[in-house]
Amino acid sequence: MLRFLIGRLAILIPTFIGVSLIAFSFIRLLPGDPVMLMSGERVMAPERHAQVMHDLGLDRPVYVQYLDYLGNVVQGDLGSSIVTKRPVLQEFGSLFPATLELSLCAIIFAIVLGIPAGVFAAVKRGTWFDQSVMGVALVGYSMPIFWWGLLLIVLFSNTLHWTPVSGRISLMYFFKPVTGFMLIDSLLSGQAGAFKSAFVSLILPTIVLGTIPLAVIARQTRSAMLEVLGEDYVRTARSKGLAPIRVVGLHALRNAMIPVVTSIGLQVGVLLGGAILTETIFSWPGIGKWMVDAVFKRDYTVVQGGLLLIAGIIMIVNLIVDLMYGLINPRIRH
Amino acid sequence: MKKMSVLLAATVLASAMASAAWSKTLVYCSEGSPEGFDPGIYTAGTTFDASSRTVYSRLVEFQHGKTEIEPGLAESWTVSDDGTVYTFKLRPGVKFQTTEFFTPSRDLNADDVVFSFERQLKADGPWAKYVAGVSYEYAAGMGFPELIKSVEKVDDLTVKFTLNHPEAPFLADLAMDFASVLSKEYADKLQADGKMEQMNQMPLGTGPYTFVAYQPDAVIRYKANETYFKGKEKIDDLVFAITPDASVRAQKLKAGECHIMPYPNAADIKDLQTDSNLKVLEQPGLNVSYLAYNTLQAPFDKAEVRKALNMAINKQAIVQAVFQGAGQVAKNPIPPTMWSYNDDIKDDVYNPDEAKKMLEKAGVKDLSMKIWAMPVSRPYMLNARRAAELMQADLAKVGVKVDIVTHEWAEYLKLSKDKARDGAAILGWTGDNGDPDNFLDTLLGCEAVGGNNRAQWCNKEFDDLVKKAKKTADVAERTKLYEQAQVVFKKEAPWATIDHSTEFVPMSAKVSGYVQDPVGVHRFDGVDIAE
Repeated sequence: MLRFLIGRLAILIPTFIGVSLIAFSFIRLLPGDPVMLMSGERVMAPERHAQVMHDLGLDRPVYVQYLDYLGNVVQGDLGSSIVTKRPVLQEFGSLFPATLELSLCAIIFAIVLGIPAGVFAAVKRGTWFDQSVMGVALVGYSMPIFWWGLLLIVLFSNTLHWTPVSGRISLMYFFKPVTGFMLIDSLLSGQAGAFKSAFVSLILPTIVLGTIPLAVIARQTRSAMLEVLGEDYVRTARSKGLAPIRVVGLHALRNAMIPVVTSIGLQVGVLLGGAILTETIFSWPGIGKWMVDAVFKRDYTVVQGGLLLIAGIIMIVNLIVDLMYGLINPRIRH
Repeated sequence: MKKMSVLLAATVLASAMASAAWSKTLVYCSEGSPEGFDPGIYTAGTTFDASSRTVYSRLVEFQHGKTEIEPGLAESWTVSDDGTVYTFKLRPGVKFQTTEFFTPSRDLNADDVVFSFERQLKADGPWAKYVAGVSYEYAAGMGFPELIKSVEKVDDLTVKFTLNHPEAPFLADLAMDFASVLSKEYADKLQADGKMEQMNQMPLGTGPYTFVAYQPDAVIRYKANETYFKGKEKIDDLVFAITPDASVRAQKLKAGECHIMPYPNAADIKDLQTDSNLKVLEQPGLNVSYLAYNTLQAPFDKAEVRKALNMAINKQAIVQAVFQGAGQVAKNPIPPTMWSYNDDIKDDVYNPDEAKKMLEKAGVKDLSMKIWAMPVSRPYMLNARRAAELMQADLAKVGVKVDIVTHEWAEYLKLSKDKARDGAAILGWTGDNGDPDNFLDTLLGCEAVGGNNRAQWCNKEFDDLVKKAKKTADVAERTKLYEQAQVVFKKEAPWATIDHSTEFVPMSAKVSGYVQDPVGVHRFDGVDIAE
């Protein structure tokens, strides 16, 4: 197990360098530069443009900039945003908890609904239940996030008045963030009603962000279950006279979970991608919106640093997923 | 005794609740996060709404809802006869805001004014680059470093600006956001503590609202400045709920989660107007969008060809399609709300047959040209691609073949200013300071060729009029010169002027005292909200 872990960790280093190289070069391949966008329609004199580029160190050869950057990254310095002038790490730190909180809620929502739905659909294969679960999953998978979000807002916020339109908590609550997780901070604040407000604010974004993973997980669970339910050992278990719930829940589900866990792990990337749109719709102060703005403003340091941090997180999640295989199925450990 | 303390507690509680209930909060659903809070180093309206218009004040201010100037931190001023020396008398007893992070020990004085400008002018001062990459872009864009020779303190309440040459729009420039006055005492403290970057994160000024807290991409909180020199505002708490999506802003307004929203979608306006809990203010924006021919290239170097093309374009149809009517056809390069707008000018009438004849007469046959369409939506032009397509169809009717070209935004801005640009470019402008010079000389003057002058048009007659107006202090005289300049512009037609868009500000019917600002910023001084 330890060798496996060290092996996996060793792969992270070249991956990390590769990601930094890609992040660094791709944003520079886009036409335009951050200085040009600072002045908008107003034309900046070429001499001034050159001066500001020089001040930012952007007039040096790209490889020099890269090596310099890499040197700083190794020391934990991701630089400061060209636009806001704040350290990238500080900005990421203040925004990431919002994305993480929303993503966790979305994935929990997707798992809690998706796995049982997939299992039942597999057990009741070919019935109306199966058909409708798969039908809904297909619709969920194809739903444009923007439209889906607005639809829910119009229905639940403006017609039924059950949820707020957007934001993480009602504006009447005002406290300094401690953990950055609104559910926890609202409890810590001790203000009456704050937790409820934070919770209610999470509902719509969670549904919107969780819809695609939910559809993927339900479909994946169903097909994995169907495969496993046809295996010999399941027939053996049944013929031993085990209760159907034990056969399905214990023997079949555990083996069917391996591809499902893989797909859940892969959903992390989907979540971060979906977070960009979800965060825009629900005015959610997370890293999705932050990164998109940075791309539009050619905020090189934010794009580089943000991609590096996000890639790092996805790599770690994938590592955890790999380790979990071992727990679910001991054969993989060897 | 016990009873007494219960009673006392009840009274305290009741009064606390009463004060909570009486605290008036205005929520503004702003369209984006400010880039920072130092108005000197940015150029975006979103940033100014959150910094200069709430926290800071300036020597002179735009009158609410107008482009005329009124006294601000300066209660009076004099201009020397040659127009190069401006002496400002400061208002005595103006207090800087007291915040959790800084308590000022003195009132505003001339040192603060000198500091606020010198940091933007002197390339070698400690504040010139107080954080890596800081540049005072607006001051540079307005030509301040070349214009201002010196800013001097005469005495505690008198400041003298000496200019290198007379510049009539200078007063209007001083009402702009980048000219906000900062506290030198606060700046010195930050410098001594090695925390200069805080100037851009925790602003402190003399404006109507005091900065309280900012959670990036979520909320900005302000409270009324108790010591505001024009008197405390009626709103106790001002909250910016940052809501980037326009449809969501409209939904929030309808749900009562905010009281005012900027920049609604054109498609949402009807719905908002019919909601009885809301009202929608509207006024023509201080902007123009245009199609700039490249007047350096044949056959667009001939005024009669440009004129003929202008007559072939159905501008009314473009305004209808792109703005759904929320705009007006432009005939002049400056918007009708601006002083010196020449309403006597007749627009080129849409007449394809006549246009065709004019082109034939000019010897132009089988013309094919390019039209550049901006890739982004701007307030003055929501959909340039659509506008270009309509022009393409119109011009096809007079036998002109049009190819539509587009580039990524930054690239578009760069390539469109090229003197050798192939084709006519759609672009526009939103006024900075309400001065006609800010349109006529900035966009059409000879020095701007290869830069802001996208038509690459240098006409001596026009340029002389505009340059003369710039050096004249008398407004009546300037008005005449600008009116004449517009006549020359129309005759020469370097642009097809397309439209002036209408700006809408939807808000709760409970809000009173909100006045739309012609220069496009959003101000909350003087605003009240009914309980």
